[in-house]
Amino acid sequence: MIPLSHYLVLGAILFAIAVAGIFLNRKNLIVILMAIELMLLSVNMNFVAFSHFLGDPSGQVFVFFILTVAAAESAIGLAILVTLFRNLRSINVDDLGSLKG
Amino acid sequence: MNSATFSLATLAPAVPEMALLAFVSVLLVGDLFVSERGRHVTFWFAVASLLGTAALAAQMVGSPTVVTFSGMFVADPLSQVLKVAALLAVAVTLVYGRVYLQLRDLLRGEFLSLTLFATLGMMVMISAHHFLTLYLGLEILALSLYAMVALQRESVRATEAAMKYFVLGALASGMLLYGMSMLYGATGSLDIARVATSLGTAGSSRTLAVFGLVFIVAGIAFKLGAVPFHMWVPDIYHGAATPATLLIGSAPKIAAFAFVLRLLAQALGGMGSDWQQMLAILAAASIGLGNLVAIAQTNLKRMLAYSTISHMGFLLLGILAGTDNGYGSAMFYVLTYVLMTLGAFGMILLLSRAGFEAEELEDLRGLNRHSRWYAFVMLVIVFSLAGIPPAVGFLAKLAVLQAAWEAGFGGLVVFAVLMSVVGAFYYLRLVKLMYMDEPAGEITIAPRRDMRVLLSANALAVLALGIVPAPLMDLCARAITASL
Repeated sequence: MIPLSHYLVLGAILFAIAVAGIFLNRKNLIVILMAIELMLLSVNMNFVAFSHFLGDPSGQVFVFFILTVAAAESAIGLAILVTLFRNLRSINVDDLGSLKG
Repeated sequence: MNSATFSLATLAPAVPEMALLAFVSVLLVGDLFVSERGRHVTFWFAVASLLGTAALAAQMVGSPTVVTFSGMFVADPLSQVLKVAALLAVAVTLVYGRVYLQLRDLLRGEFLSLTLFATLGMMVMISAHHFLTLYLGLEILALSLYAMVALQRESVRATEAAMKYFVLGALASGMLLYGMSMLYGATGSLDIARVATSLGTAGSSRTLAVFGLVFIVAGIAFKLGAVPFHMWVPDIYHGAATPATLLIGSAPKIAAFAFVLRLLAQALGGMGSDWQQMLAILAAASIGLGNLVAIAQTNLKRMLAYSTISHMGFLLLGILAGTDNGYGSAMFYVLTYVLMTLGAFGMILLLSRAGFEAEELEDLRGLNRHSRWYAFVMLVIVFSLAGIPPAVGFLAKLAVLQAAWEAGFGGLVVFAVLMSVVGAFYYLRLVKLMYMDEPAGEITIAPRRDMRVLLSANALAVLALGIVPAPLMDLCARAITASL
Protein backbone atom coordinates (compact mmCIF):
# COMPACT_ATOMS: atom_id res chain seq x y z
CA MET A 1 0.00 0.00 0.00
CA ILE A 2 1.47 3.34 -1.04
CA PRO A 3 0.95 5.93 1.71
CA LEU A 4 -0.84 9.25 1.13
CA SER A 5 2.32 11.29 1.62
CA HIS A 6 3.93 9.77 -1.50
CA TYR A 7 1.08 11.03 -3.66
CA LEU A 8 1.22 14.46 -2.05
CA VAL A 9 4.97 14.73 -2.62
CA LEU A 10 4.52 13.74 -6.25
CA GLY A 11 1.74 16.33 -6.59
CA ALA A 12 3.95 18.98 -5.03
CA ILE A 13 6.86 18.11 -7.36
CA LEU A 14 4.61 18.32 -10.43
CA PHE A 15 3.21 21.63 -9.22
CA ALA A 16 6.71 23.02 -8.65
CA ILE A 17 7.82 21.90 -12.12
CA ALA A 18 4.78 23.66 -13.60
CA VAL A 19 5.40 26.94 -11.77
CA ALA A 20 9.08 26.81 -12.74
CA GLY A 21 8.03 26.10 -16.32
CA ILE A 22 5.92 29.25 -16.40
CA PHE A 23 8.44 31.59 -14.80
CA LEU A 24 11.80 30.29 -15.99
CA ASN A 25 10.79 29.56 -19.55
CA ARG A 26 12.06 32.28 -21.91
CA LYS A 27 11.64 30.46 -25.20
CA ASN A 28 8.27 29.19 -26.22
CA LEU A 29 4.69 30.04 -25.34
CA ILE A 30 3.53 26.50 -26.04
CA VAL A 31 5.74 25.28 -23.20
CA ILE A 32 3.86 27.67 -20.93
CA LEU A 33 0.55 26.15 -22.02
CA MET A 34 1.98 22.71 -21.25
CA ALA A 35 3.11 23.90 -17.82
CA ILE A 36 -0.41 25.19 -17.08
CA GLU A 37 -1.80 21.79 -18.02
CA LEU A 38 0.73 20.06 -15.78
CA MET A 39 -0.26 22.31 -12.89
CA LEU A 40 -3.92 21.32 -13.20
CA LEU A 41 -2.93 17.66 -13.39
CA SER A 42 -0.88 17.93 -10.21
CA VAL A 43 -3.99 19.32 -8.50
CA ASN A 44 -5.99 16.39 -9.87
CA MET A 45 -3.44 14.02 -8.39
CA ASN A 46 -3.97 15.61 -4.97
CA PHE A 47 -7.73 15.46 -5.24
CA VAL A 48 -7.78 11.81 -6.27
CA ALA A 49 -5.31 10.82 -3.55
CA PHE A 50 -7.24 12.63 -0.82
CA SER A 51 -10.52 11.34 -2.15
CA HIS A 52 -9.25 7.76 -2.01
CA PHE A 53 -7.78 8.01 1.49
CA LEU A 54 -10.78 9.91 2.89
CA GLY A 55 -13.22 7.48 1.28
CA ASP A 56 -15.21 10.42 -0.06
CA PRO A 57 -16.06 10.49 -3.79
CA SER A 58 -16.64 14.25 -4.14
CA GLY A 59 -12.94 14.89 -4.72
CA GLN A 60 -12.96 12.62 -7.77
CA VAL A 61 -16.06 14.36 -9.11
CA PHE A 62 -14.19 17.65 -8.79
CA VAL A 63 -11.42 16.16 -10.96
CA PHE A 64 -13.87 15.59 -13.82
CA PHE A 65 -14.83 19.24 -13.73
CA ILE A 66 -11.19 20.36 -13.63
CA LEU A 67 -10.41 18.18 -16.66
CA THR A 68 -13.33 19.66 -18.59
CA VAL A 69 -12.40 23.23 -17.72
CA ALA A 70 -8.76 22.50 -18.57
CA ALA A 71 -9.84 21.39 -22.04
CA ALA A 72 -11.81 24.62 -22.55
CA GLU A 73 -8.90 26.58 -21.16
CA SER A 74 -6.34 25.12 -23.54
CA ALA A 75 -8.73 25.69 -26.46
CA ILE A 76 -8.87 29.38 -25.62
CA GLY A 77 -5.15 29.51 -24.90
CA LEU A 78 -4.27 28.01 -28.27
CA ALA A 79 -6.75 30.31 -30.04
CA ILE A 80 -5.09 33.34 -28.45
CA LEU A 81 -1.71 31.88 -29.42
CA VAL A 82 -2.77 31.64 -33.07
CA THR A 83 -3.97 35.27 -33.22
CA LEU A 84 -0.77 36.34 -31.48
CA PHE A 85 1.33 34.43 -34.00
CA ARG A 86 -0.52 36.09 -36.88
CA ASN A 87 0.37 39.49 -35.47
CA LEU A 88 3.91 38.87 -34.27
CA ARG A 89 5.09 36.03 -36.54
CA SER A 90 6.67 34.56 -33.41
CA ILE A 91 5.71 32.65 -30.27
CA ASN A 92 8.88 33.57 -28.45
CA VAL A 93 8.23 34.80 -24.90
CA ASP A 94 10.84 37.54 -25.25
CA ASP A 95 8.98 39.06 -28.20
CA LEU A 96 6.05 39.98 -25.95
CA GLY A 97 7.33 43.44 -25.18
CA SER A 98 4.96 46.05 -26.60
CA LEU A 99 3.33 46.65 -23.22
CA LYS A 100 5.79 48.13 -20.75
CA GLY A 101 5.76 50.96 -18.25
CA MET B 1 -27.27 17.04 1.21
CA ASN B 2 -28.64 13.58 0.40
CA SER B 3 -32.18 14.54 -0.59
CA ALA B 4 -32.94 12.34 -3.56
CA THR B 5 -36.27 14.02 -4.18
CA PHE B 6 -36.30 16.78 -6.73
CA SER B 7 -38.85 19.53 -6.92
CA LEU B 8 -39.04 22.66 -9.03
CA ALA B 9 -38.99 24.77 -5.87
CA THR B 10 -35.32 23.91 -5.35
CA LEU B 11 -34.52 25.74 -8.57
CA ALA B 12 -36.27 28.97 -7.55
CA PRO B 13 -33.26 30.69 -5.91
CA ALA B 14 -31.31 30.37 -9.17
CA VAL B 15 -33.97 31.89 -11.43
CA PRO B 16 -31.91 35.01 -12.30
CA GLU B 17 -28.97 32.83 -13.42
CA MET B 18 -31.20 30.58 -15.49
CA ALA B 19 -32.94 33.58 -17.06
CA LEU B 20 -29.59 35.11 -18.02
CA LEU B 21 -28.41 31.81 -19.49
CA ALA B 22 -31.61 31.61 -21.56
CA PHE B 23 -31.15 35.20 -22.76
CA VAL B 24 -27.54 34.66 -23.77
CA SER B 25 -28.44 31.47 -25.65
CA VAL B 26 -31.12 33.37 -27.58
CA LEU B 27 -28.64 36.15 -28.27
CA LEU B 28 -25.95 33.75 -29.43
CA VAL B 29 -28.22 32.14 -32.02
CA GLY B 30 -30.38 35.16 -32.83
CA ASP B 31 -27.38 37.31 -33.69
CA LEU B 32 -26.56 34.99 -36.61
CA PHE B 33 -29.77 36.09 -38.33
CA VAL B 34 -29.25 39.81 -37.77
CA SER B 35 -27.66 41.91 -40.50
CA GLU B 36 -24.88 44.40 -39.81
CA ARG B 37 -27.36 47.29 -39.90
CA GLY B 38 -29.67 45.60 -37.42
CA ARG B 39 -26.88 45.15 -34.87
CA HIS B 40 -28.47 47.68 -32.53
CA VAL B 41 -31.30 45.16 -31.99
CA THR B 42 -28.88 42.62 -30.50
CA PHE B 43 -27.19 45.36 -28.53
CA TRP B 44 -30.41 46.53 -26.90
CA PHE B 45 -31.45 42.92 -26.39
CA ALA B 46 -28.24 42.35 -24.41
CA VAL B 47 -28.83 45.47 -22.30
CA ALA B 48 -32.48 44.50 -21.78
CA SER B 49 -31.57 40.97 -20.70
CA LEU B 50 -29.11 42.39 -18.14
CA LEU B 51 -31.74 44.78 -16.82
CA GLY B 52 -34.40 42.05 -16.83
CA THR B 53 -32.12 39.71 -14.90
CA ALA B 54 -31.33 42.55 -12.49
CA ALA B 55 -35.07 43.04 -11.96
CA LEU B 56 -35.47 39.32 -11.21
CA ALA B 57 -32.57 39.45 -8.77
CA ALA B 58 -33.90 42.66 -7.19
CA GLN B 59 -37.21 40.98 -6.41
CA MET B 60 -35.35 38.53 -4.20
CA VAL B 61 -33.55 41.21 -2.19
CA GLY B 62 -34.61 40.91 1.42
CA SER B 63 -35.76 37.29 1.24
CA PRO B 64 -34.13 34.92 3.75
CA THR B 65 -31.10 32.72 3.04
CA VAL B 66 -31.76 29.57 1.02
CA VAL B 67 -29.18 26.89 0.25
CA THR B 68 -30.09 24.72 -2.72
CA PHE B 69 -28.63 22.34 -5.34
CA SER B 70 -27.41 19.98 -2.60
CA GLY B 71 -25.52 22.73 -0.84
CA MET B 72 -23.81 24.02 -4.01
CA PHE B 73 -25.67 27.29 -4.34
CA VAL B 74 -26.74 29.88 -1.81
CA ALA B 75 -29.13 32.80 -2.20
CA ASP B 76 -28.59 35.10 0.76
CA PRO B 77 -29.07 38.88 1.18
CA LEU B 78 -25.39 39.45 0.40
CA SER B 79 -25.55 37.63 -2.93
CA GLN B 80 -28.78 39.34 -3.97
CA VAL B 81 -27.45 42.85 -3.43
CA LEU B 82 -24.13 42.08 -5.11
CA LYS B 83 -25.84 40.44 -8.11
CA VAL B 84 -28.06 43.44 -8.76
CA ALA B 85 -25.03 45.73 -8.52
CA ALA B 86 -22.94 43.58 -10.88
CA LEU B 87 -25.73 43.31 -13.46
CA LEU B 88 -26.34 47.05 -13.48
CA ALA B 89 -22.60 47.72 -13.74
CA VAL B 90 -22.33 45.47 -16.80
CA ALA B 91 -25.35 47.13 -18.43
CA VAL B 92 -23.74 50.56 -17.91
CA THR B 93 -20.47 49.20 -19.34
CA LEU B 94 -22.24 48.16 -22.53
CA VAL B 95 -23.91 51.55 -22.98
CA TYR B 96 -20.59 53.36 -22.43
CA GLY B 97 -18.71 51.10 -24.79
CA ARG B 98 -21.18 51.16 -27.66
CA VAL B 99 -19.80 54.00 -29.81
CA TYR B 100 -16.21 52.90 -29.31
CA LEU B 101 -17.01 49.32 -30.30
CA GLN B 102 -19.07 50.43 -33.31
CA LEU B 103 -16.28 52.61 -34.67
CA ARG B 104 -13.78 49.76 -34.37
CA ASP B 105 -16.08 47.13 -35.83
CA LEU B 106 -16.15 45.20 -32.55
CA LEU B 107 -19.83 45.55 -31.74
CA ARG B 108 -20.70 42.01 -32.73
CA GLY B 109 -22.68 39.18 -31.26
CA GLU B 110 -19.44 37.68 -29.95
CA PHE B 111 -18.63 40.66 -27.76
CA LEU B 112 -22.17 40.85 -26.40
CA SER B 113 -22.52 37.14 -25.68
CA LEU B 114 -19.08 37.00 -24.06
CA THR B 115 -20.14 39.92 -21.87
CA LEU B 116 -23.29 38.08 -20.80
CA PHE B 117 -21.41 34.83 -20.19
CA ALA B 118 -18.90 36.71 -18.05
CA THR B 119 -21.81 38.17 -16.10
CA LEU B 120 -23.24 34.69 -15.60
CA GLY B 121 -19.85 33.61 -14.23
CA MET B 122 -19.91 36.51 -11.79
CA MET B 123 -23.39 35.55 -10.59
CA VAL B 124 -22.32 31.94 -10.01
CA MET B 125 -19.26 33.15 -8.07
CA ILE B 126 -21.39 35.46 -5.95
CA SER B 127 -23.84 32.66 -5.06
CA ALA B 128 -21.35 29.82 -4.65
CA HIS B 129 -21.56 27.68 -1.54
CA HIS B 130 -19.16 24.92 -2.56
CA PHE B 131 -15.57 24.95 -3.85
CA LEU B 132 -16.77 23.47 -7.12
CA THR B 133 -19.25 26.29 -7.85
CA LEU B 134 -16.66 28.87 -6.79
CA TYR B 135 -14.19 27.40 -9.26
CA LEU B 136 -16.68 26.99 -12.10
CA GLY B 137 -18.03 30.54 -11.69
CA LEU B 138 -14.50 31.88 -11.67
CA GLU B 139 -13.62 29.99 -14.86
CA ILE B 140 -16.80 31.02 -16.71
CA LEU B 141 -15.89 34.62 -15.93
CA ALA B 142 -12.18 34.29 -16.68
CA LEU B 143 -12.47 32.33 -19.94
CA SER B 144 -15.00 34.86 -21.29
CA LEU B 145 -12.72 37.74 -20.38
CA TYR B 146 -9.63 36.16 -22.02
CA ALA B 147 -11.56 35.74 -25.24
CA MET B 148 -12.98 39.25 -25.02
CA VAL B 149 -9.54 40.83 -24.72
CA ALA B 150 -8.34 38.78 -27.71
CA LEU B 151 -11.37 39.75 -29.79
CA GLN B 152 -9.47 42.69 -31.30
CA ARG B 153 -7.63 40.22 -33.49
CA GLU B 154 -5.47 42.48 -35.62
CA SER B 155 -4.15 44.51 -32.68
CA VAL B 156 -0.71 43.42 -31.44
CA ARG B 157 -1.31 45.08 -28.10
CA ALA B 158 -4.65 43.39 -27.50
CA THR B 159 -3.49 39.88 -28.41
CA GLU B 160 -0.36 40.27 -26.31
CA ALA B 161 -2.47 41.47 -23.38
CA ALA B 162 -4.81 38.50 -23.86
CA MET B 163 -1.87 36.08 -23.76
CA LYS B 164 -0.48 37.58 -20.56
CA TYR B 165 -3.93 37.65 -18.99
CA PHE B 166 -4.48 34.02 -19.95
CA VAL B 167 -1.18 32.72 -18.59
CA LEU B 168 -1.35 34.60 -15.31
CA GLY B 169 -5.06 33.91 -14.88
CA ALA B 170 -4.50 30.19 -15.41
CA LEU B 171 -1.61 30.29 -12.93
CA ALA B 172 -3.91 31.94 -10.38
CA SER B 173 -6.61 29.30 -10.92
CA GLY B 174 -3.96 26.61 -10.49
CA MET B 175 -2.85 28.14 -7.17
CA LEU B 176 -6.44 28.37 -5.95
CA LEU B 177 -7.14 24.78 -6.92
CA TYR B 178 -3.99 23.56 -5.21
CA GLY B 179 -5.07 25.38 -2.07
CA MET B 180 -8.55 23.93 -2.36
CA SER B 181 -7.17 20.41 -2.70
CA MET B 182 -5.16 20.89 0.49
CA LEU B 183 -8.22 22.18 2.34
CA TYR B 184 -10.16 19.21 1.05
CA GLY B 185 -7.50 16.93 2.47
CA ALA B 186 -7.52 18.77 5.79
CA THR B 187 -11.29 18.88 6.25
CA GLY B 188 -12.64 16.06 4.09
CA SER B 189 -15.26 18.27 2.51
CA LEU B 190 -15.69 20.76 -0.32
CA ASP B 191 -18.83 22.35 1.04
CA ILE B 192 -18.16 25.82 2.47
CA ALA B 193 -20.33 25.36 5.57
CA ARG B 194 -18.87 21.93 6.33
CA VAL B 195 -15.30 23.10 5.76
CA ALA B 196 -15.97 25.85 8.30
CA THR B 197 -17.38 23.46 10.92
CA SER B 198 -14.73 20.78 10.51
CA LEU B 199 -11.89 23.32 10.73
CA GLY B 200 -13.11 24.07 14.24
CA THR B 201 -12.87 20.44 15.36
CA ALA B 202 -9.70 18.70 16.45
CA GLY B 203 -9.89 16.07 13.72
CA SER B 204 -8.69 18.33 10.93
CA SER B 205 -5.02 18.71 10.15
CA ARG B 206 -3.96 22.23 11.01
CA THR B 207 -0.66 22.15 9.07
CA LEU B 208 -2.33 20.98 5.90
CA ALA B 209 -5.01 23.67 6.24
CA VAL B 210 -2.47 26.47 6.71
CA PHE B 211 -0.47 25.17 3.74
CA GLY B 212 -3.64 25.27 1.63
CA LEU B 213 -4.52 28.72 2.93
CA VAL B 214 -1.24 30.17 1.64
CA PHE B 215 -2.07 29.03 -1.90
CA ILE B 216 -5.67 30.24 -1.61
CA VAL B 217 -4.52 33.70 -0.54
CA ALA B 218 -1.96 33.81 -3.37
CA GLY B 219 -4.67 32.87 -5.88
CA ILE B 220 -7.04 35.50 -4.51
CA ALA B 221 -4.30 38.13 -4.64
CA PHE B 222 -3.69 37.26 -8.31
CA LYS B 223 -7.35 37.62 -9.14
CA LEU B 224 -7.71 40.91 -7.27
CA GLY B 225 -4.42 42.24 -8.63
CA ALA B 226 -2.80 42.84 -5.23
CA VAL B 227 0.99 43.29 -4.97
CA PRO B 228 3.15 41.14 -5.41
CA PHE B 229 0.78 39.40 -7.84
CA HIS B 230 -0.22 42.56 -9.69
CA MET B 231 2.01 42.48 -12.79
CA TRP B 232 -0.81 41.60 -15.17
CA VAL B 233 -3.07 44.53 -14.22
CA PRO B 234 -1.33 47.45 -15.98
CA ASP B 235 -0.58 45.45 -19.13
CA ILE B 236 -4.12 44.19 -19.53
CA TYR B 237 -5.72 47.56 -18.74
CA HIS B 238 -3.42 49.18 -21.28
CA GLY B 239 -3.57 46.57 -24.02
CA ALA B 240 -7.25 45.64 -24.09
CA ALA B 241 -9.85 47.70 -25.96
CA THR B 242 -11.20 50.28 -23.53
CA PRO B 243 -14.71 48.73 -23.19
CA ALA B 244 -13.07 45.38 -22.38
CA THR B 245 -10.84 47.14 -19.84
CA LEU B 246 -13.90 48.75 -18.33
CA LEU B 247 -15.62 45.39 -18.04
CA ILE B 248 -12.54 43.77 -16.45
CA GLY B 249 -12.07 46.67 -14.05
CA SER B 250 -15.64 47.10 -12.85
CA ALA B 251 -18.20 44.33 -12.21
CA PRO B 252 -15.70 41.42 -11.70
CA LYS B 253 -14.39 43.27 -8.63
CA ILE B 254 -17.82 42.80 -7.05
CA ALA B 255 -17.68 39.08 -7.84
CA ALA B 256 -14.10 38.88 -6.55
CA PHE B 257 -15.20 40.52 -3.30
CA ALA B 258 -17.93 37.89 -2.86
CA PHE B 259 -15.38 35.19 -3.74
CA VAL B 260 -12.97 36.40 -1.05
CA LEU B 261 -15.75 36.65 1.50
CA ARG B 262 -17.04 33.14 0.77
CA LEU B 263 -13.57 31.61 0.97
CA LEU B 264 -11.92 33.54 3.77
CA ALA B 265 -14.79 34.76 5.95
CA GLN B 266 -17.19 31.86 5.53
CA ALA B 267 -15.09 28.76 4.85
CA LEU B 268 -11.87 29.77 6.64
CA GLY B 269 -13.32 32.09 9.26
CA GLY B 270 -11.78 29.89 11.94
CA MET B 271 -8.29 30.64 10.62
CA GLY B 272 -8.77 34.42 10.75
CA SER B 273 -5.55 35.09 12.68
CA ASP B 274 -3.55 33.34 9.92
CA TRP B 275 -5.00 35.10 6.89
CA GLN B 276 -5.25 38.50 8.54
CA GLN B 277 -1.44 38.67 8.67
CA MET B 278 -1.11 37.63 5.01
CA LEU B 279 -3.72 40.14 3.86
CA ALA B 280 -2.04 42.87 5.91
CA ILE B 281 1.19 42.38 3.94
CA LEU B 282 -0.68 42.31 0.62
CA ALA B 283 -2.66 45.43 1.53
CA ALA B 284 0.40 47.41 2.60
CA ALA B 285 2.37 46.44 -0.51
CA SER B 286 -0.57 47.21 -2.83
CA ILE B 287 -1.33 50.61 -1.35
CA GLY B 288 2.35 51.57 -1.33
CA LEU B 289 3.39 50.36 -4.77
CA GLY B 290 0.12 51.27 -6.50
CA ASN B 291 0.29 54.88 -5.44
CA LEU B 292 4.02 55.34 -6.03
CA VAL B 293 4.20 53.78 -9.49
CA ALA B 294 1.04 55.55 -10.67
CA ILE B 295 2.93 58.86 -10.38
CA ALA B 296 5.33 57.79 -13.13
CA GLN B 297 2.61 56.93 -15.67
CA THR B 298 1.78 59.06 -18.70
CA ASN B 299 -0.92 56.74 -20.01
CA LEU B 300 -4.29 57.28 -18.36
CA LYS B 301 -5.32 53.61 -18.58
CA ARG B 302 -2.05 52.50 -16.98
CA MET B 303 -2.42 55.14 -14.31
CA LEU B 304 -5.92 53.90 -13.53
CA ALA B 305 -4.53 50.35 -13.40
CA TYR B 306 -2.05 51.30 -10.66
CA SER B 307 -4.83 53.21 -8.96
CA THR B 308 -6.87 49.98 -9.06
CA ILE B 309 -4.00 48.14 -7.36
CA SER B 310 -3.99 50.63 -4.50
CA HIS B 311 -7.80 50.51 -4.26
CA MET B 312 -7.64 46.72 -3.98
CA GLY B 313 -5.23 47.28 -1.09
CA PHE B 314 -7.87 49.40 0.64
CA LEU B 315 -10.50 46.74 -0.05
CA LEU B 316 -8.26 44.13 1.62
CA LEU B 317 -7.89 46.53 4.56
CA GLY B 318 -11.63 46.26 5.18
CA ILE B 319 -11.64 42.49 4.78
CA LEU B 320 -8.65 41.85 7.02
CA ALA B 321 -10.39 43.57 9.92
CA GLY B 322 -12.34 40.31 10.11
CA THR B 323 -15.40 41.89 11.71
CA ASP B 324 -18.92 42.41 10.35
CA ASN B 325 -18.20 46.12 10.39
CA GLY B 326 -15.06 45.51 8.31
CA TYR B 327 -16.83 43.32 5.75
CA GLY B 328 -19.68 45.85 5.52
CA SER B 329 -17.33 48.74 4.87
CA ALA B 330 -15.38 46.65 2.35
CA MET B 331 -18.66 45.95 0.56
CA PHE B 332 -19.47 49.68 0.54
CA TYR B 333 -15.94 50.28 -0.77
CA VAL B 334 -16.22 47.83 -3.63
CA LEU B 335 -19.64 49.09 -4.73
CA THR B 336 -18.57 52.73 -4.77
CA TYR B 337 -15.25 51.81 -6.37
CA VAL B 338 -17.10 50.17 -9.26
CA LEU B 339 -19.19 53.32 -9.66
CA MET B 340 -16.03 55.45 -9.86
CA THR B 341 -14.29 53.10 -12.30
CA LEU B 342 -17.32 53.17 -14.58
CA GLY B 343 -17.14 56.95 -14.55
CA ALA B 344 -13.39 57.17 -15.16
CA PHE B 345 -13.32 54.75 -18.11
CA GLY B 346 -16.63 56.18 -19.32
CA MET B 347 -14.83 59.52 -19.72
CA ILE B 348 -12.06 57.89 -21.80
CA LEU B 349 -14.75 56.31 -23.99
CA LEU B 350 -16.62 59.62 -24.26
CA LEU B 351 -13.54 61.41 -25.56
CA SER B 352 -12.45 58.61 -27.93
CA ARG B 353 -13.31 58.72 -31.60
CA ALA B 354 -12.44 56.75 -34.74
CA GLY B 355 -8.67 56.20 -34.78
CA PHE B 356 -8.14 58.15 -31.55
CA GLU B 357 -8.06 56.56 -28.10
CA ALA B 358 -7.97 59.51 -25.66
CA GLU B 359 -5.95 57.33 -23.28
CA GLU B 360 -2.96 59.57 -22.65
CA LEU B 361 -3.01 62.08 -19.80
CA GLU B 362 -2.24 64.77 -22.37
CA ASP B 363 -5.50 64.04 -24.16
CA LEU B 364 -7.44 65.54 -21.26
CA ARG B 365 -5.43 68.77 -21.36
CA GLY B 366 -7.71 71.81 -21.40
CA LEU B 367 -10.94 69.82 -21.20
CA ASN B 368 -12.52 72.64 -19.19
CA ARG B 369 -12.14 75.04 -22.15
CA HIS B 370 -14.02 72.66 -24.34
CA SER B 371 -16.75 71.46 -22.02
CA ARG B 372 -17.21 72.78 -18.49
CA TRP B 373 -19.73 70.06 -17.64
CA TYR B 374 -17.60 67.05 -18.59
CA ALA B 375 -14.56 68.57 -16.95
CA PHE B 376 -16.69 68.77 -13.79
CA VAL B 377 -17.84 65.16 -14.24
CA MET B 378 -14.21 64.02 -14.44
CA LEU B 379 -13.32 66.28 -11.50
CA VAL B 380 -15.92 64.60 -9.27
CA ILE B 381 -14.71 61.12 -10.27
CA VAL B 382 -11.04 61.97 -9.79
CA PHE B 383 -11.74 63.53 -6.38
CA SER B 384 -13.62 60.40 -5.43
CA LEU B 385 -10.78 58.11 -6.57
CA ALA B 386 -8.31 60.24 -4.61
CA GLY B 387 -10.54 60.19 -1.53
CA ILE B 388 -11.23 63.92 -1.29
CA PRO B 389 -14.58 64.95 0.26
CA PRO B 390 -17.42 65.48 -0.56
CA ALA B 391 -17.14 62.69 -3.17
CA VAL B 392 -17.97 59.20 -1.91
CA GLY B 393 -14.41 57.85 -2.18
CA PHE B 394 -13.52 59.73 0.99
CA LEU B 395 -16.22 58.05 3.09
CA ALA B 396 -15.46 54.64 1.64
CA LYS B 397 -11.77 55.00 2.57
CA LEU B 398 -12.69 56.34 6.00
CA ALA B 399 -14.98 53.36 6.69
CA VAL B 400 -12.38 50.70 5.84
CA LEU B 401 -9.66 52.58 7.72
CA GLN B 402 -11.88 52.81 10.78
CA ALA B 403 -12.65 49.09 10.64
CA ALA B 404 -8.95 48.20 10.31
CA TRP B 405 -8.08 50.60 13.15
CA GLU B 406 -10.65 49.01 15.46
CA ALA B 407 -9.24 45.57 14.62
CA GLY B 408 -5.83 46.72 15.85
CA PHE B 409 -3.99 47.38 12.59
CA GLY B 410 -3.02 50.93 13.60
CA GLY B 411 0.36 51.02 11.86
CA LEU B 412 -1.13 49.80 8.61
CA VAL B 413 -3.84 52.48 8.78
CA VAL B 414 -1.29 55.26 9.28
CA PHE B 415 0.74 53.94 6.35
CA ALA B 416 -2.39 53.78 4.14
CA VAL B 417 -3.32 57.38 4.97
CA LEU B 418 0.20 58.59 4.19
CA MET B 419 0.24 56.73 0.87
CA SER B 420 -3.12 58.10 -0.18
CA VAL B 421 -1.75 61.60 0.41
CA VAL B 422 1.08 60.67 -1.98
CA GLY B 423 -1.53 59.25 -4.35
CA ALA B 424 -3.51 62.49 -4.32
CA PHE B 425 -0.64 64.01 -6.30
CA TYR B 426 -1.28 62.13 -9.53
CA TYR B 427 -5.03 62.60 -9.30
CA LEU B 428 -4.63 66.34 -8.76
CA ARG B 429 -2.18 66.51 -11.67
CA LEU B 430 -5.07 65.34 -13.85
CA VAL B 431 -7.27 68.11 -12.44
CA LYS B 432 -4.55 70.65 -13.17
CA LEU B 433 -4.26 69.40 -16.76
CA MET B 434 -8.01 69.72 -17.27
CA TYR B 435 -8.51 73.12 -15.65
CA MET B 436 -5.30 75.13 -15.85
CA ASP B 437 -3.79 74.17 -19.19
CA GLU B 438 -4.61 75.12 -22.75
CA PRO B 439 -5.98 72.38 -25.01
CA ALA B 440 -3.16 70.67 -26.91
CA GLY B 441 -5.21 68.88 -29.57
CA GLU B 442 -8.73 68.58 -30.79
CA ILE B 443 -11.27 67.35 -28.22
CA THR B 444 -14.46 65.68 -29.35
CA ILE B 445 -17.29 64.27 -27.29
CA ALA B 446 -19.14 61.16 -28.40
CA PRO B 447 -22.51 62.12 -29.85
CA ARG B 448 -24.76 59.56 -28.17
CA ARG B 449 -27.21 61.12 -25.74
CA ASP B 450 -27.88 57.92 -23.70
CA MET B 451 -24.20 57.69 -22.86
CA ARG B 452 -23.91 61.38 -21.93
CA VAL B 453 -26.94 61.24 -19.65
CA LEU B 454 -25.72 58.05 -17.99
CA LEU B 455 -22.22 59.41 -17.45
CA SER B 456 -23.59 62.60 -15.92
CA ALA B 457 -25.88 60.55 -13.68
CA ASN B 458 -22.89 58.38 -12.75
CA ALA B 459 -20.87 61.40 -11.58
CA LEU B 460 -23.86 62.85 -9.74
CA ALA B 461 -24.36 59.49 -8.00
CA VAL B 462 -20.72 59.58 -6.84
CA LEU B 463 -21.38 63.05 -5.42
CA ALA B 464 -24.80 62.21 -3.96
CA LEU B 465 -23.53 59.06 -2.23
CA GLY B 466 -20.75 61.16 -0.72
CA ILE B 467 -23.31 63.53 0.79
CA VAL B 468 -25.97 60.93 1.75
CA PRO B 469 -24.09 57.64 2.27
CA ALA B 470 -26.36 56.21 4.97
CA PRO B 471 -28.85 54.20 2.85
CA LEU B 472 -26.14 52.29 0.95
CA MET B 473 -24.02 51.81 4.08
CA ASP B 474 -27.05 50.44 5.94
CA LEU B 475 -27.85 48.14 3.05
CA CYS B 476 -24.28 46.76 3.09
CA ALA B 477 -24.22 46.35 6.86
CA ARG B 478 -27.58 44.56 6.87
CA ALA B 479 -26.60 42.27 3.98
CA ILE B 480 -23.40 41.27 5.78
CA THR B 481 -24.97 40.65 9.20
CA ALA B 482 -27.81 38.66 7.63
CA SER B 483 -25.47 36.47 5.56
CA LEU B 484 -22.37 35.69 7.61
